[in-house]
Amino acid sequence: MAKVLMKGNEAIALAAIKGGVDAFYGYPITPQNEVPEYLSKHLIDAGKVFLQAESEVSAINMVYGAAGAGKRVMTSSSSPGIALKQEGISYIAAAELPCLIVSVMRGGPGLGGIQPSQADYYQATRGGGNGDYNLIVYAPESIQETIDTVKGAFDTADYYRNPVLVLVDGLIGQMMESVDFDRPTKKRDLKPKDWATTGTRNHPGRRNVANSLHLDPALLEQHNIHLQKKYKEIAENETQYEMINMENPDYVIVAYGTMARIARTAIEMLQEKGIKVGMIRPITIWPYPEKAFDAIPATTKGILCCELSMGQMLDDVLIANNGRHKVGFFGRAGGMVPDPEEIVDAIVNFTQRVVK
Amino acid sequence: MRDAVNIKVAGFGGQGVMMFGQILAYSATKDNINGLWFPSYGPETRGGTANCSVIVSEKQINSPVFKNANHLVIFNSPSLDKFRNNVAPEGLILYNSSLISCEVTEEDRLCVGVPINDIALELGNAKVANMVMMGAYLQLTKLFSDETIHAIIKKILGERKADLLDVNFKALEAGKDFIKKQGIVYA
Repeated sequence: MAKVLMKGNEAIALAAIKGGVDAFYGYPITPQNEVPEYLSKHLIDAGKVFLQAESEVSAINMVYGAAGAGKRVMTSSSSPGIALKQEGISYIAAAELPCLIVSVMRGGPGLGGIQPSQADYYQATRGGGNGDYNLIVYAPESIQETIDTVKGAFDTADYYRNPVLVLVDGLIGQMMESVDFDRPTKKRDLKPKDWATTGTRNHPGRRNVANSLHLDPALLEQHNIHLQKKYKEIAENETQYEMINMENPDYVIVAYGTMARIARTAIEMLQEKGIKVGMIRPITIWPYPEKAFDAIPATTKGILCCELSMGQMLDDVLIANNGRHKVGFFGRAGGMVPDPEEIVDAIVNFTQRVVK
Repeated sequence: MRDAVNIKVAGFGGQGVMMFGQILAYSATKDNINGLWFPSYGPETRGGTANCSVIVSEKQINSPVFKNANHLVIFNSPSLDKFRNNVAPEGLILYNSSLISCEVTEEDRLCVGVPINDIALELGNAKVANMVMMGAYLQLTKLFSDETIHAIIKKILGERKADLLDVNFKALEAGKDFIKKQGIVYA
């Protein structure tokens, strides 16, 4: 198919349809409203389920139920709305049900604003819900990469029986780009959903239960050990990142999403000034590509973590760096999006940016 | 010319500023190169100005945001004041001289005024002022062919507004003619 110009949020919706979504449950919030708007027309036209719930809490519990029934199900929201869904997300992760959650970040904390932000990195990777659980979290940098990710997200979620979170900032949701919907996705060997709560027909006399309550501590500990084993497998197999310009760089930028794209232009500008800068661009932020940091040469003068936040991924950069290099931080918040020139300045004046 | 052109389009809400930008991004996509468009909403739009950013490039588009535009397309006076200092050297400032009466000059930038509202009124439809601007813009920058732009406008208007196709095409031509008559060459 030829490329089409499409708004990020609408592209997320169409990619979900192409990925085989059976049902969407959500509640409106800017800047992601075009996701449900698009699905409200096209999902119903395709004979699937679209439901605007009475609240985010209801929507995520509808996702829980439909996922339990073995359907491909999604929700989308933005920062304060994702905060409301955390209880349900923890339940879904505990019950090991696959689903897709799309989070289009806006400035916070609280109701914050409606402009682009990356201030929900902790929320996405550290869990806003309770307990030892992880989501598989993708942080694409363009509408194209978002489409490719969303299209494959249901397969990934089904394969691991785990919720997948696609995390983008409001700029990716609101802008339009030339995109291709026909790029291939990773093929996975998916087993029948014999765990789905679809009655007793397939296994007479026994009914499946979707549940997150385990009152026997010994059994609950075993369940946790099982989950951790799965998360380890995910970390080994699903970690994704991109390395850019990493032959003997003077500095290395670590950035994801829109900030990574701004950094790409900054790197070109710095090249013209004779400063060699590489970039580690995490595509999954859980699991985090810690191993990528081993490729930073000892001669590199420092690592600059760039975010549309006051410094959240910075924690993962410090863990992955493990004291090897000086780490600096550049961030804008509240919906402010920097020009590439600001990142150029942060590299040129790196010593003022050092945090550790 | 198509090696990442940064375009800022600004004016009052309702002047067709967003549509102007989108047509460029749609045209890039149709020509099988990369187009990117994003609107500016929020506090800075209070007071009636709307603006959008467009990037057109044969290569992969990196940063969606830019400090300085290669082409600044201005529909009203407040937008000129806001963005005139953010144009790259050798850049183009194309402005609506129906609403900006004093002549605009900036060193090392080509400044061209087009009375788009007056020309549109002569054509009998005030709403096609933005297409007069588009004609002037394309005559100067040579970014897209008539064939591409016509196809995009046709698609945007659709069957429901097909009766407006003719006046829009005339507006494009009028914008082009205005530049040709002045003998201004940019790209």
